[in-house]
Amino acid sequence: MSNIPGDLKYTKTHEWVRDEGDGVVAVGISDHAQELLGDLVFVELPEVEAELVTGDECAVVESVKAASDIYCPINGEVIEVNEALADAPETINGDPYEGGWIFKLKAVEGEDLEGLMDAEAYAEHCESEDH
Amino acid sequence: MSADRKTVLNAVHREMGARMVPFGGWDMPVHYGSQIEEHHAVRRDAGMFDVCHMTVVDLRGARARAFLSRLLANDVAKLQVAGKALYSCMLHPDGGVIDDLIVYYLAEDWFRMVVNAGTTDKDIAWLQQQAPAFGVEVRPRFDLGMIAVQGPHARNKALGLMVESLRDAAAALKPFSAVSDGHWFVARTGYTGEDGFEIVLPEGETEALWRDLARVGVRPCGLGARDTLRLEAGMNLYGQDMDESVTPLASGLGWTVAMADQHDFIGREVLEAQRASGDMPVFSGVVLEDRGVLRSHQKLFDGEREVGEITSGGFSPTLDRSIGMARLAADTGDRLTVDIRGRKLPLRRVKMPFVRNGQSQIDV
Repeated sequence: MSNIPGDLKYTKTHEWVRDEGDGVVAVGISDHAQELLGDLVFVELPEVEAELVTGDECAVVESVKAASDIYCPINGEVIEVNEALADAPETINGDPYEGGWIFKLKAVEGEDLEGLMDAEAYAEHCESEDH
Repeated sequence: MSADRKTVLNAVHREMGARMVPFGGWDMPVHYGSQIEEHHAVRRDAGMFDVCHMTVVDLRGARARAFLSRLLANDVAKLQVAGKALYSCMLHPDGGVIDDLIVYYLAEDWFRMVVNAGTTDKDIAWLQQQAPAFGVEVRPRFDLGMIAVQGPHARNKALGLMVESLRDAAAALKPFSAVSDGHWFVARTGYTGEDGFEIVLPEGETEALWRDLARVGVRPCGLGARDTLRLEAGMNLYGQDMDESVTPLASGLGWTVAMADQHDFIGREVLEAQRASGDMPVFSGVVLEDRGVLRSHQKLFDGEREVGEITSGGFSPTLDRSIGMARLAADTGDRLTVDIRGRKLPLRRVKMPFVRNGQSQIDV
């Protein structure tokens, strides 16, 4: 069973979202997602200052097996990307929720995380996809 | 394709923590935790692969050699010492590749073939269609299992598990040769670019050998590592690097086609015409200069001109760089670009293999 921290929000496409206050959120991929992908060998990061809309393909993670798009979870502007992943993409395998964060967004005014799943709903979602 | 076929090792894979995936109609392990660590285990020590899904086909009859001379693009006349193996393509009359395979010479009236899993049904149908003219019996051996043990320490670890009568003969095997005690069949062959054995044995003994190999420190490896190892070794994968739509000459396999003398094999006329025309794609290794990962079907460019595509691509754990194989127009230069999601990244052509016996063969 993969690790699904209770204090994060999740998308159906397996991104996690952490509220860091002041309208800033961090985004990464879940433990379940990294398990499915296998050893990660490359991360294509979004551009800082890119203005993104929910559902945009904004980054790519590639494992030994396949490339997988990362979808933007909410409307916002990219304010920081995790440059350390360029040299160490495998950080996402070992530490998907802390060291493996991919980018940070400043949400547009009025945007919230209400449309995303909590840990319980995400666990059910993973379960249903496995069957 | 459904994945309802299971090898005799299926339950053991699950017990050992494998992630299972469908492959050519089979339910097979892709890795047991980390594909990259499994890859390194084979380059540095020893790993093992369940290859029971591949099919052993015994060909028996006084004219077995003549039959194979007709069916294979490589020349079985090269097989003069019992136990010797030959890699070859089997072609349609139009020159397209039905399969690539290894054939072993066991006796003048007994050759043994090992063919791919996904192509087994059509291979057997083709062999059976051609066999009556030569009075050859085609016998798929679904009663046999097969384990590949690969890596610099693989042979030593496996030898200790053999009965004494077989052990000495197996230890003395030259590369690309096999020996049998009538019970186990041990070949010094593989698909990784490392030393090792492929061991064919009764299906009922396969699980015990797998567990014994694990006990002596041979790491279970999945299809994922098998693919990155064979790619580094510059070995073609059927269905990706060649299939029925291309000839071996257009797939980097010209070295396996024996066209000298009177070797009259199925597909020869088409290959002769292709060679004479000079208008033949080249098949080349490529290395990506930047970060990123080459994948099958990515388009390649020489300047603005599209010159071909990646047939196999992936990440090379040994080189820490992405590598691939590509089919290219004949006049393509050495410095190319690849289109990855709309961005053109530089890559260069290199001579394969990329890695052999644990050592990089190219400058990165």
